[in-house]
Amino acid sequence: MSGTFRKALLGTVFVCALNAGSAWADTIKVGVIAPFSGPFATVGQTFKQAIEVYQAQHGKTVAGNTVEFVYKDLDQANPAQSKALAQELVVKEKVGYLAGFFFTPDALAVAPLIDEANIPCVIFNAATSAITEKSPRYVRTSFTLWQNTVPLAEHVAKQGIRKVATAVSDYGPGIDGETAFKQTFEKAGGKVVDSIRMPLKSTDFAPFMQRIKDSGAEAIYAFLPAGPTTLGFARAFSDTGLKAAGIKFFGPGDITQEPDLPVLGDAAVGITTTFNYSQAHDSDLNRQFLAKHKELFGSSDIVTFTSVGAYDGAHVIYRMVEATGGKSDGAKAVAAVKGMAWESPRGPVRIDPESRHVTQTIYLRVTERKDGKLQNTEVAGFPDQPDYGFKAGK
Amino acid sequence: METLFGIVVDGVAYGMILFIISVGLSVTLGLMRVVNLAHGAFAMVAGYVASYAAQGLGLPYAVGLVAAILFTVLATLPLEKLLYRRIYGSANELAQVLLTIGLTFVIVAGINYLFGPTLKRIPLPDALLGTVAIGPKSIPVHRAFVIAMGAATVLGLWWLLERTDFGIKLRAAVDDPNMAAALGIRTERLYTATFALGTGLAALGGVLGAELLPLEPYYAIRYIVLFLAVVAVGGAGNILGSAAAALALGIVDTAGKYLIPSFGEFFFYAALILILFRWPHGFFQGRAA
Repeated sequence: MSGTFRKALLGTVFVCALNAGSAWADTIKVGVIAPFSGPFATVGQTFKQAIEVYQAQHGKTVAGNTVEFVYKDLDQANPAQSKALAQELVVKEKVGYLAGFFFTPDALAVAPLIDEANIPCVIFNAATSAITEKSPRYVRTSFTLWQNTVPLAEHVAKQGIRKVATAVSDYGPGIDGETAFKQTFEKAGGKVVDSIRMPLKSTDFAPFMQRIKDSGAEAIYAFLPAGPTTLGFARAFSDTGLKAAGIKFFGPGDITQEPDLPVLGDAAVGITTTFNYSQAHDSDLNRQFLAKHKELFGSSDIVTFTSVGAYDGAHVIYRMVEATGGKSDGAKAVAAVKGMAWESPRGPVRIDPESRHVTQTIYLRVTERKDGKLQNTEVAGFPDQPDYGFKAGK
Repeated sequence: METLFGIVVDGVAYGMILFIISVGLSVTLGLMRVVNLAHGAFAMVAGYVASYAAQGLGLPYAVGLVAAILFTVLATLPLEKLLYRRIYGSANELAQVLLTIGLTFVIVAGINYLFGPTLKRIPLPDALLGTVAIGPKSIPVHRAFVIAMGAATVLGLWWLLERTDFGIKLRAAVDDPNMAAALGIRTERLYTATFALGTGLAALGGVLGAELLPLEPYYAIRYIVLFLAVVAVGGAGNILGSAAAALALGIVDTAGKYLIPSFGEFFFYAALILILFRWPHGFFQGRAA
């Protein structure tokens, strides 16, 4: 008798607990995993600032639910820890969404988790094409190397340049960039005369410059991770006289990202890049975006591609919350944003239904000094660029 | 032929930079027997001071360089009195490593807090910008300047250690501190002065090498292996050996990167292994140190 009673009581408690789960879930938590300390701390900072700007502009509630962002620090590429943090967010913090991710391996590590928990994962940066193939619950609001490089290679070919040397850091994204450039450029009739893969830890770039010089290239396509290596490369390019010799410097826009420009100095002037966002983008939405940063944080100098990635990511999450009415249903949430189009500070964007990656205008930019400050001036736009790398390996 | 010449010139330039940023470690490690893993941190502090002097205060490059060296030496002297003095001597190796790596973490966190994680630069004066031609090959003026400074450092240190009273007393104090003290040599002062010399050289390297190893808070940890490699190959405390090692590693690395870039750091470390295999105590050090 007492046994049945206990079971009934337990059952009641259990049902109540279940109900509590859905009935009182008016606060929806979003777990953001990104580097907030260490060498890449600026990235986390731009994510957080952009999210706060978005919430300041659009409010913290959507369809009656309060959206709260929870931040977890992952200071370097560390897939095991990424998974552990995600698990903690899902189990302990009960987040309904995962977001952030600067490095590709960290984003890939959570694929089994988001599938099992049926949680959408909005990637603010990690730019390897293959990521969104690994789970149907990934949505990405950044860019890929293919997306930036294909229009660039076509542009270079149209300039009448026939011989190009590629110089990339020897790791995943670098090789993506090299392959994308080579395929597109050779299809357009050009020739890649030398493909140099530089060790990630290079400090001295003089030997690579000598090689570029010896290859007889009219231009180079270069990609290196942002930070000390890019600085060293751009410096070496101008210091060893290649710049003065008239060799043109092309690359994806990560290499001239806004926070690094003051350090690159005049070595950056004249570098031509393609990218999805420039702080100097000419639109009212972008000016409001920057003004809000200035109002909230005193300066908008570090606003860069990771900022718009997070800003648009927050937008996508808000629409997901709206579509699911606050209930946690990853599949439904992702379905709701497929094909969704909106105006972002970077220009018109939309989520491609198949790749779940953002289709956007890629801008051709030249780095120049304006009013004493270096900026990436947009000189042309290539609208509606998809991720050319999606399923490229298949 | 021109390519070969180019490789040698670039290699020597790179090697001299390696030398100038690691010679300070060679002094502390070789002459004082302290495994100073905070060497990179001291160099970094000097770099940040020079950067702040130039960008924050608008001082000229030369003044910034001198200010950075003085500041670093003065700031680390209390550390010598309070901490390093307790760990001198080869019996304390574990304590040395633990203390100095701990110190490095503290400095990294401090710099990160004060200056933020972004790259900082030390603007060069106009005289050091541009390129100079050496035969058919042109190298940046700044590198030529570093080569000259490196050569001056080699000569200066050689003279100081081999030809002055200070050098004689120092070598005596290192070999047998008790006997040296019994002969009336003030070993404590001598150690303080040598420590100051080591950090001063670290500071010099930090500022001059900033073009190649850009300043950011993780500088102190990122490049320590590079410094240790040069000192290990050169033989600790051996100035000419350090210079030869740095040049050899510089040329091998440059040639490897030019000829087969995708092999990466392979040639650098292969050279390191082979040299240490042949001369376990570093260049020019036939007998056990």
